[in-house]
Amino acid sequence: MAILEVKNISKSFDSLKVLKDISFNVDVGEVVAIIGPSGSGKSTLLRCINQLEKADGGEINVDGANMFRTENGKAVYAPSKTLRDIRLKIGLVFQNFNLFPHFSVTQNIIEAPVHVLKQSKAEAKSACNELLKKMGLETKGAAYPCELSGGQQQRVSIARALALKPKILFFDEPTSALDPELTGEILKVIKDLAKEKMTMVIVTHEMAFARDVANHVIFMDDGYIVEEGSPEEVFGNTRNERTKQFLQRFNDR
Amino acid sequence: MTFEEIKKVTQILIEFLPNTLKLFAWTLVLSIPVGVLVTMLKKCRFKPISWLTNLYILIMRGTPLMLQIIAIYYAVPLIIASAAKSGKTGGIYDLLTNLKNNENYMFIALVTAFVLNYAAYFAEIFRGGIEAIPKGQYEAASMLGMTKMQTFFRIILPQVTKRVIPATANEVIVLVKDTSLANVIAYAEITMKAKQQMNLYSSIAPLFIAGAFYFVLNAVVTVAFAVIEKKFDYYK
Repeated sequence: MAILEVKNISKSFDSLKVLKDISFNVDVGEVVAIIGPSGSGKSTLLRCINQLEKADGGEINVDGANMFRTENGKAVYAPSKTLRDIRLKIGLVFQNFNLFPHFSVTQNIIEAPVHVLKQSKAEAKSACNELLKKMGLETKGAAYPCELSGGQQQRVSIARALALKPKILFFDEPTSALDPELTGEILKVIKDLAKEKMTMVIVTHEMAFARDVANHVIFMDDGYIVEEGSPEEVFGNTRNERTKQFLQRFNDR
Repeated sequence: MTFEEIKKVTQILIEFLPNTLKLFAWTLVLSIPVGVLVTMLKKCRFKPISWLTNLYILIMRGTPLMLQIIAIYYAVPLIIASAAKSGKTGGIYDLLTNLKNNENYMFIALVTAFVLNYAAYFAEIFRGGIEAIPKGQYEAASMLGMTKMQTFFRIILPQVTKRVIPATANEVIVLVKDTSLANVIAYAEITMKAKQQMNLYSSIAPLFIAGAFYFVLNAVVTVAFAVIEKKFDYYK
């Protein structure tokens, strides 16, 4: 069953067309990796799905609710109440973590459960402790983000997103701001989540990881999806010339 | 000057120190919230309001505070006088006449001038602080479903506060010294009293004593801000 339906999305910044005609579905429990060269529109696509940018046209449905559709050539968004409900069903992990620096790790994680979902502090804290344990950060609850390594900060930001129990979790290049040494710990967390059948959409430059963890790989170039399929199809039996070139560069490294 | 005379001058300055402190405290307490308001008006999406706010900041920062004090202090009686001449009466003029006849009129005019002036500076400091917060903080808050109010008061404002402390300390230190400008309309604060004593004793020493008062006040302000800054030191 598709929990996310993206149909014919287009998006321009002034005269620059960033997304031209993007359609794909994500099923419950699926892990989708979006790969492609810089400037191909991957991050913009993620930001449109997460309501951080407004799409110009197309349609997006999340968990059966319509986020926006196109009427008379214009994107018409759902009422703000619906948009908010949709937003709470999806989580986003940023490239630069975007933790709240003035909050401790625990405060970062319980902020939304307490102030948005109106959970009791005790309830939110016990859920927070569970998440910290899962992330291997059980001793770091009282620490401030600036006292943590990049890998630890990113794990906190994953925990913060998970605290709202999202139905889909999006990752925008989650390891790009990290040392190569630290990327492994993030990739392991994502793999563990995949084992628990968490639905995830991951924009990444880690090809080996995409092949390893994804059920479905989307290759984007110049605002289009040029190739998609199982990792075996996209990586093992590449049909598209542009994809071949791109993957060749990675294999050469 | 003899030691006895120095002691006497010091006592007189201590006696009038509350007037300096009163002007300082009222200005500080009022100009910070007014400054926040001015920042918000400047960032208003309705352009005419933003432009008017810019004009206000331009005038307040572009002209001497001493002139502003004189202008505001004399504006009210002059308006009343010209209204009386042309035979105009009514609500606004009655209001101004009441204000002028208030026993605290001089102090009210002073605080008005100081607050209007300092709010313009504070507004620019706060604007800089707000604009220095990375966009990612707003995006993270919105992804967590926080409302605009929650985002501002729980995420943005605490971080802005930390960032504006050093620049605010600068302004407050200047304010301590700027209270001396009130002597231009004969407000009985310590600089005016020191000038009187200088004439009385034909000695420059009273000015040095007044200088020492400002120096000590600013030492206290400096220490207070160092303590506040330290309180926010727990994160970067």
